[in-house]
Amino acid sequence: MTVIDLVSYEDALATYDPVMGLEVHVELGTKTKMFCGCSTELGAPANSQTCPTCLGLPGALPVVNAVGVESAVRIGLALNCEIAEWCRFARKNYFYPDMPKNFQTSQYDEPIAYNGHLDVQLADGEVFRVEIERAHMEEDTGKSTHIGGATGRIHGASHSLLDYNRAGIPLIEIVTKPIEGAGERAPEVARAYVAELRELIKALGVSDARMEMGQMRCDVNLSLRPKGREKFGTRSETKNVNSLRSVERAARFEIQRHAAVLSSGGTILQETRHFHEEDGSTTSGRIKEEAEDYRYFPEPDLVPVAPPREWVEEIRGSLPELPRLRRNRLREEWDVSEHDMQSILNAGAIDPIVATIDAGAPADQARKWWMGELARNANETGRALDELPITPAQVARVAELVAAGDLNDKLARQVIDGVLAGEGDPDTVVDKRGLKVVSDDGALGAAVDEAIAGNAGVVEKIKGGKVAAVGALVGAVMKATRGQADAARARELILEKLGVEG
Amino acid sequence: MTDTTAITRLTAAETAEKIASGALTAVEVTEAHLARIEAVDEKVHAFLHVDREGALAQARAVDAKRAAGEELGPLAGVPLALKDIFTTEGVPTTVGSKILEGWLPPYDATVTKRLKAAGIVILGKTNMDEFAMGSSTENSAYGPTGNPWDLTRIPGGSGGGSSAAIASFQAPLAIGTDTGGSIRQPAAVTGTVGVKPTYGGVSRYGMVAFSSSLDQGGPCARTVLDAALLHEAMAGHDPLDSTSVDAPVPPVVEAARAGSVAGMRVGVVKQFRGEGYQAGVVQRFDEAVAVLKELGAEVVEVDCPSFDLALSAYYLIAPSECSSNLARFDAMRYGLRVGDDGSHSAEDVTALSREAGFGDEVKRRIMLGTYALSSGYYDAYYGSAQKVRTLIKRDFESAFERVDVLVSPTTPTTAFPIGERADDPMAMYLADLCTIPANLAGNAAMSLPCGLAPEDGLPVGLQIIAPAMKDERLYQVGAAVEAAFVEKWGHHLIEEAPSL
Repeated sequence: MTVIDLVSYEDALATYDPVMGLEVHVELGTKTKMFCGCSTELGAPANSQTCPTCLGLPGALPVVNAVGVESAVRIGLALNCEIAEWCRFARKNYFYPDMPKNFQTSQYDEPIAYNGHLDVQLADGEVFRVEIERAHMEEDTGKSTHIGGATGRIHGASHSLLDYNRAGIPLIEIVTKPIEGAGERAPEVARAYVAELRELIKALGVSDARMEMGQMRCDVNLSLRPKGREKFGTRSETKNVNSLRSVERAARFEIQRHAAVLSSGGTILQETRHFHEEDGSTTSGRIKEEAEDYRYFPEPDLVPVAPPREWVEEIRGSLPELPRLRRNRLREEWDVSEHDMQSILNAGAIDPIVATIDAGAPADQARKWWMGELARNANETGRALDELPITPAQVARVAELVAAGDLNDKLARQVIDGVLAGEGDPDTVVDKRGLKVVSDDGALGAAVDEAIAGNAGVVEKIKGGKVAAVGALVGAVMKATRGQADAARARELILEKLGVEG
Repeated sequence: MTDTTAITRLTAAETAEKIASGALTAVEVTEAHLARIEAVDEKVHAFLHVDREGALAQARAVDAKRAAGEELGPLAGVPLALKDIFTTEGVPTTVGSKILEGWLPPYDATVTKRLKAAGIVILGKTNMDEFAMGSSTENSAYGPTGNPWDLTRIPGGSGGGSSAAIASFQAPLAIGTDTGGSIRQPAAVTGTVGVKPTYGGVSRYGMVAFSSSLDQGGPCARTVLDAALLHEAMAGHDPLDSTSVDAPVPPVVEAARAGSVAGMRVGVVKQFRGEGYQAGVVQRFDEAVAVLKELGAEVVEVDCPSFDLALSAYYLIAPSECSSNLARFDAMRYGLRVGDDGSHSAEDVTALSREAGFGDEVKRRIMLGTYALSSGYYDAYYGSAQKVRTLIKRDFESAFERVDVLVSPTTPTTAFPIGERADDPMAMYLADLCTIPANLAGNAAMSLPCGLAPEDGLPVGLQIIAPAMKDERLYQVGAAVEAAFVEKWGHHLIEEAPSL
């Protein structure tokens, strides 16, 4: 691997001003592909979800997926874009074996949505406005798997396998205008933008936007210019940066790399670069000496898309509350810090918590369980919170049992474990495992007597005025009742029996 | 009836009528045509593939339906020759190109499906200029087709196989596709009837694309009524083709049966005569115009100045679209594969396969189109051509404010000898001078015989052009002219063709 010189981030930012452009591809969650009726379900056997159209067989023709267009309009409106009254698809011509027609049906100079913005909030609460150039519709390519090469890349491979199941899945490409003025916060802005966009896409219900599944992919364009200069520098284009953390790292790395090249009197090549998860570096991909000529022209096999204005307004009226505004509203309602809210967001806990509150739990309880026990379990088992086999209503029931004094925290955790283990709903687990708090004095009395009898030394201390030592006796009671005792009541009983004022 | 020659000389309407009445079985009709193919196609070379078994199976199915008392469609049991550009499930489809040699499509084109549903018997697939690029069928990778009127001459193109098949009585019906004249020009030079329906009138699904915004499938026949019957069977909205018109099929059969021009206004296109037009062609055309007047039409001259630019615009738009449409032939999923010996990259295999699989004319147009779409040239070439297209549409619009249909010669000359223009693309392109404007504007147009040129005794075509979705006017005018000529000559012109 070539050694890449870097300058420190601080030094780079002392001299240069970064300009970014972010291109995000989102795979829409439509049931069928963009131009044919094939299923978009992931994980099917290779080439099992294909037809003459998405295989590009001679004679086959495309038909536009109306749900795809509606999704594009929803995204456009949520990004505060103007929606074209009339626009066309265009063919982007280039040869590649995973592209069946050797042109991608896309949009060129007539995108369905243009001129918008997305306000993103950084960790400290600062809001940064990212201007949106356009959002347009296109189709995904198939997938190449290169066999025999060292790195899975085509270089050195003996042969390649092609799976066209993905070919024709609808994509929306969202392109920002140049992001200027973020300064040292540029990598953070990049990350926050992609994160916000992902939340927005999910809130709109148009895609699950799971980056690890390739449903959302990001290209990071970055250039530096000496501070105070208007003109943009030459940019590099880091392709397929597919996690939030990687977006931030890629931007940071490129700032440091560009600065090193420029400071040593070199020039930045306009090129695509590959991002490496292992060390956060980028390496040179394809050099774009001349802008690639895709020979775009309007797709003659499709008729123009002309979304009626009333329909667009109808969609606008049905848009959900924007994620950032919703988060801010919830943060105030829940009375948590920016930082805590960020953690809740990162954990994917907002929706489960809201649902749990809706099911009757107090906000702090809902938050406590989802961000505590459940987040831990999700983390350990490598699942997302919403994939855990427990419903918000069940979590709310656990909280209710705790509030009623039927469970203490320790028992509640056991109940949750039981639900996660598939033992049934919380009440069933309580019954089956016999996890009710023991608070009636008769049952507790024996355990208390036993604890007093067995800990003479401690009893002496308590009687001698060290009331705090009662904890040890309570502990003994809890141990004897295997945690099921009502600790507060046990304490009261012990002090009562010893005739000591609590 | 057992005289197989007599069977092959029936019109499609007559054949269908005899099958419906029980005078003939569909199997008899099919066998008669298969025998005719056997007898003459070695000389004509209209077919690239004869589907004997498929044809007989379909014929038997029609006979069984009739025996069961089921209602038959108006063309049930009538044989047809299908241009080898429509996909046919399990039956070779080559588009006249080596690059698709041996390909068996896994699906039927919409047109193929509709023909089958109508009980029409598909005899086989007809020869054509490779990817429909040409005006003589000489560009077929599988050798040229002879014109039944003179086997040393071209049968027109690109659908020369279809026109030759019906002109030599190997089939009463055929299907063609018309991008710049590929149905009408072959009809003209073989003394047959060919119709390019309104763009969007016939589904393009499963019709291998040459130039998507111009391609249009249509009927070929020996009479106007037969063409109308086939037009009705193959046309109509198809949800699989986004450019398909969602409207009822124009009443073409009714119009072909009515056949009258009394009180109609007919415009003669001023641009389509003069230099380059064969004297006999002009003479027969003028006679046809005189016939129209005699039949009660009001004839006026119409100026369409933008038509002079049509050929240039066409040779930018069609190659541009073709350069993109033909990109899919990359040897990765189907078709010819050259160089797959472990020593070449996928890129090389694609290049070698395209080099070996495409003929010169196809390569010429791919290069022209690739150039015309290049950044920096797009506006000057493709962009300008689209503007010309708009001007041509306007010329048609203003013409159709004054007249109901336009007429012109279909092609400036009669059939030329095979080989004469093979090395002169420009001379070849001129064969489509009069037919191209209708493609650029998306109008409906027909060619029908209007006599033989005195100097060479070869057929001359009369072109009729109607506004979009007014296809019935072609048949109304065409049937009237045809009837007048039949009365004058005592028979259809095709009866004068050599019997081979």
